[in-house]
Amino acid sequence: MGSFNKQNITEVSSMAASDELGSLTRAFSGLGVDENALITILGKWHPEQRQSFRKGSRDFFVEDERQFERWDDRHILQLRHEFLRLKDAIVLWTMHPWERDARLLKESLYKGPQYNVLVEIACTRSSEELLGARRAYHSLFDHSIEEDVAFHVHGPERKLLVGLLSSYRYEGPKVNAEVAKFEAKALSESASKKSLIEDEELVRILSTRSKPHLKAIYKHYKEISGNYLDEVLDTSLRYDVDEITKEAVTRVIVTRADADMKQIKEEYHNKYGVNLSKRIEDVANGNYRDFLLTLIARGD
Amino acid sequence: MATIVFPDHPSPVADAEALRKACQGWGTDEKAIISILGRRNAIQRKLIRQAYEDLYQEDLVKRFESELSGDFEKAVYRWILDPEDRDAVLLHVAIKKTPILDYRVIVEFSCIYSPEELLAIKRAYQIRYKHSLEEDLAQHTTGDLRKLLVGLVSIYRYKGEEINVKIANSEADKLHGAIKEKGFNDEEVIRIITTRSKAQLLATLNHYKDDHGSSITKHLRDDPSSDYLCALRTAVRCINDHHKYYEKVIRLALNKAGTDEDSLTRVVVTRAEKDLKEIKELFHKRNSIPLDHAVAKDTSGHYKAFLLTLLGKQD
Repeated sequence: MGSFNKQNITEVSSMAASDELGSLTRAFSGLGVDENALITILGKWHPEQRQSFRKGSRDFFVEDERQFERWDDRHILQLRHEFLRLKDAIVLWTMHPWERDARLLKESLYKGPQYNVLVEIACTRSSEELLGARRAYHSLFDHSIEEDVAFHVHGPERKLLVGLLSSYRYEGPKVNAEVAKFEAKALSESASKKSLIEDEELVRILSTRSKPHLKAIYKHYKEISGNYLDEVLDTSLRYDVDEITKEAVTRVIVTRADADMKQIKEEYHNKYGVNLSKRIEDVANGNYRDFLLTLIARGD
Repeated sequence: MATIVFPDHPSPVADAEALRKACQGWGTDEKAIISILGRRNAIQRKLIRQAYEDLYQEDLVKRFESELSGDFEKAVYRWILDPEDRDAVLLHVAIKKTPILDYRVIVEFSCIYSPEELLAIKRAYQIRYKHSLEEDLAQHTTGDLRKLLVGLVSIYRYKGEEINVKIANSEADKLHGAIKEKGFNDEEVIRIITTRSKAQLLATLNHYKDDHGSSITKHLRDDPSSDYLCALRTAVRCINDHHKYYEKVIRLALNKAGTDEDSLTRVVVTRAEKDLKEIKELFHKRNSIPLDHAVAKDTSGHYKAFLLTLLGKQD
């Protein structure tokens, strides 16, 4: 420790300040907010320190022509999403799975429609879970999900989406190997056609066959029919994606925590060489991060 | 209302014993079988089957299959199964029919039964055949007929009574437009008929009638060889007034040179505990002869006796 003089104190305090600046910037970046950092740092800063934060922070503030640092509107909007992330996760987590899926389906119809969410729910839920979601949809929205999707989707995707959402698949293990082989061949022939998604046989096979049967078909294809949700998580656990993509984090983790999270974590690790929890620690903040980590650690 | 007459306090054990006696020895006492089974409701029949199994370690259904024959055996077989199981069997038989599946049965069940009843049948189908009804149906159909039938069977319709008048109007117009363009296989026609709730669909069909002077079925007659059009008309009839529809099925079954026993059995067996009474009354009104008389005229033997018992004949 050197001699105390004003210069040293200024140096020390400016180093501390830049550390705090870093922490604060991090607290506002990524998924969710670091509530503790915000409270301990921002809470104690004097007006001058807050001003210097505003001046130094080109990401969040712009220099207004009337000589004040103005918060970037887009960032305020973004902050709203980040603060709400925990609330959305908690509400979704507490809901009955049927209501949860029904609301997710409705929301994805409004926003887009987001075909990937419709397909995700239709294909990852069991027959009874999907049926339950359709029942809940009746109660909540006075329509069937099938009629709403059929009404709002106009393109060639309509038949496949309605087919997938109205499926009530046989869940037994019995598979007719001959038929699976035959259908794999039929699909490979369809693949050369122009509008694959409208192809009658594709729609028929994907929306009516049992999952074990479909796996048998994929095997003939030598395709990897792994749990694609790990890929969804990888894409959405980033800093530079839009809000809709970020929402997949809450959705996938909350809806699969009780189902196949263990498998998703394994696939994630195999594919990307890093633990899902580490990735969440890097990208998410505060209570939202802790909630996600708790959910994915269940049943470990 | 149901037509069958059943006692208040039957004894499944006594019934099982009586049925055993009817099947023992040379020949079969069909009269006894008819008078017992023909006067028991679904729950009572299930208990009899269970009692028979407990007493004699044999499935009553198997016993009947070996003792009885012809149209009588088919009718008794359909009567003794659990209703959902029986309907699953009827659907399977209809799908496997050659050269073309009997789409009327598919349309009937998917349009007349409630969504919950249809679900129960689909479950029974999966248990019995280790496939879903949808996948078997899809595999045996193509083109527009497939789209219509698979849609009718898969979609879990909303059950509420709410009606959106704006939509009823616009969809009635869409239907009319599709028909004018002769594009009956227009995606919108199938979408409307297969996904809307029954209440909404009825409102749409009524608007159609109000706006265009006649029921939509009159405008769907263009190509008599088109199974798809015929199935579409059947769907509309079943949704609109299924008593009227069933009366016609029976009337045509009896009119045929030779009688269409399969259809006759199907209607009597599946509606005897539901609304066969209303269908009977409609038949009488339409044909000026009671249904019992018409059936007696066109059928014979134990099959006739069984049908008449299910129609409510007291001994």
